Amino acid sequence: MNGRKARKGVRLGLSYLVLIILSIGAVYPALWVVLGSFRPGKSLYSKTLIPESFTLEHYRELFNSQSILFGQWYLNTLKIATLSMIIGVFLTLLTSYALSRFRFRLRKTALSTILILGMFPGFMSMIAIYLLLKEWHLLDTHLALVIVYAAGAPLGGTFIAKGFLDTIPRTLDEAAKIDGASNWMIFTRIILPLSRPMITYMALTQFVGPWVDYIFARLVLRTKENWTLAVGLYDMVASNQNTNFTAFAAGSVLIAVPITILFIFLQRLLVDGLTSGASKG
Amino acid sequence: MKGYRIKATILSIFSMGLGQIYNRQIIKGIVFLLVEAWGIFYFSGTLGRALWGIVTLGDEPRRLVKGKWLEGDHSIFILVQSLITLLFFALFIAVYIMNIRDAYKTARNREEGRKPNDFKQSVRYVLDYKFAQSFLSLPALGILFFTIMPIMFMIMLAFTNYSAPNHIPPAKLVDWVGFQTFRDLLSLKTWSHTFFGVLTWTIIWAVLSTLTTYLGGMLVALLINQQGIKFKGLWRTILVIPYAIPQLISLLVMRNMFNGQFGPINQYFSYFGLAGLPWLTDPFWAKVTVIVVNMWVGIPVSMILIMGILTTIPKDMYEAAEMDGASGYQKFRIVTLPMVLFSTAPTLIMLFAGNINNFNAIYLLTSGNPVVGDYQYAGATDLLVTWLYKLTLDQNKYNMASAVGIIIFLIIASFSIYNYRRTKSFKEEDMIQ
Repeated sequence: MNGRKARKGVRLGLSYLVLIILSIGAVYPALWVVLGSFRPGKSLYSKTLIPESFTLEHYRELFNSQSILFGQWYLNTLKIATLSMIIGVFLTLLTSYALSRFRFRLRKTALSTILILGMFPGFMSMIAIYLLLKEWHLLDTHLALVIVYAAGAPLGGTFIAKGFLDTIPRTLDEAAKIDGASNWMIFTRIILPLSRPMITYMALTQFVGPWVDYIFARLVLRTKENWTLAVGLYDMVASNQNTNFTAFAAGSVLIAVPITILFIFLQRLLVDGLTSGASKG
Repeated sequence: MKGYRIKATILSIFSMGLGQIYNRQIIKGIVFLLVEAWGIFYFSGTLGRALWGIVTLGDEPRRLVKGKWLEGDHSIFILVQSLITLLFFALFIAVYIMNIRDAYKTARNREEGRKPNDFKQSVRYVLDYKFAQSFLSLPALGILFFTIMPIMFMIMLAFTNYSAPNHIPPAKLVDWVGFQTFRDLLSLKTWSHTFFGVLTWTIIWAVLSTLTTYLGGMLVALLINQQGIKFKGLWRTILVIPYAIPQLISLLVMRNMFNGQFGPINQYFSYFGLAGLPWLTDPFWAKVTVIVVNMWVGIPVSMILIMGILTTIPKDMYEAAEMDGASGYQKFRIVTLPMVLFSTAPTLIMLFAGNINNFNAIYLLTSGNPVVGDYQYAGATDLLVTWLYKLTLDQNKYNMASAVGIIIFLIIASFSIYNYRRTKSFKEEDMIQ
């Protein structure tokens, strides 16, 4: 009995050791950036993780610099993200509700089409969208980004959303229908309130997209005043690599902190979203 | 009472809306007539040119006439405009067919002695019985113009010679060349060497990155889930942090950290008296680096996924195994592993497909570099997608890029369709209800 206890102790001890090492590995880069953003100077490297003195200079620089229009970029991104989130979630809900609740001709075709379209590499369509936007004189506008992000939303989100809606018992709809509710009323009064966790999950993923999309934003937005954060940040690394690492670190912190907090806060929701996608396809 | 059907149908074929007006559905008929008027107005000006454009892709490039540049045909704009016009035309034809069918059906109802719906009733009918279709039309339009049209355009490009330096409008015209691009890609020595080299690395990358993140995630999940481990929630929250940080940022940070000259990792190495490694500049080490960094980014995802599944395994299965005297390892092999594998199999295949296309992990970290000398514009860590990106944006080899894109699509599509067909939800989705 004693040997067994000792073995268990060793096993637990080893497990804790591994967990601690993994945790350090997971947190270290993040910590390094956060602390780097408070470190005086511009260098990438310091001997100690914790800087000898703290400074807010880099954050001030972000908002006062002539070449880094951080505040402007932040507002741009916030605007684009909010608008494309609202429209995108709306479109996704329409699609998934129709596909989950109604049986009509071409339904399977619609489902397969969405699935197959989602498999094309996204920027395969980039050149055509670019030409289309040029044709409609929408280049270098935020509207263009909102339209493209929102129009693409149903492709990504429909399957997860539909999987969720499938689990809401259809007897609820039928009861409401007997009471004389129209399809639209069923949608707004029954389906929407019940799918709040799914909507939150969708809204979050849709909201985060524009914050981190570099490829497409770079293609559409030409003038510096119109850039989003992702474009600006990449530009800071690509043009000032190593020379101004600390400003980049400060910028990263300002982008990552809100998004990271949102994610950790909604972690539970995220797990549900992922696993419901897994078990129900 | 016979004859309504034939007359209404013929009238509708003759012009939209006439059949409806004949059926005494005046407002509906007028709406259809207006649609047709718009259609004639729009297509009379554009349809002919669209057909000409899509066949010829333009006749005259920009040219110098008496010392002045005379604007010619820009093949690519012509192709896009033709495509848009033809899509609108297809929609118009679809509406036209709807109109004929509607007139026919209403007339049949009248022959059977039923009164045709008035406008209000028609609207109600659509909202009650055609709800799904009308609901779907809005997203469908968005998808048609921002996804399907661009994809059609890119597929068409693969069959043209649109590429730098010899066929870039407006100075030059672009022409249809059939399967020449694919032939070049697969059999022309310079291109095929690059293509198969990049393809091989793409597959190695997809297998290794999927396996490392999946097994790593399972290991971590099991570690945390062990009996006797305290603060499970805390460990989970700490270890999920890499997933919560936006990839754009974490990968750019990693790019800095692994920098061979200035990066902190090599500086720590030299601090301990070790020689630094060429993390991002040597072909072999760059491959190692992208796999390792991808583990950092990817393990948390599979960790939370597998932890979610571990909680759903019924306790009595373990109890039954214990009764039979199973050891810890046996319990894992007989109960945990099959359960986890079974529930995550579809996700695993999707992860694999996603890794084939993992643009961010490669491009933000190494940009596909280091460059390989005898490759066509590709580097040692380039995947097919990043190569496609470079071919498009940096080299303007649009036709090659489209051909590569089509091949990527075929690979991904075969995985995903196989996967989707065998998941229950497609076959038995109505079973849940």
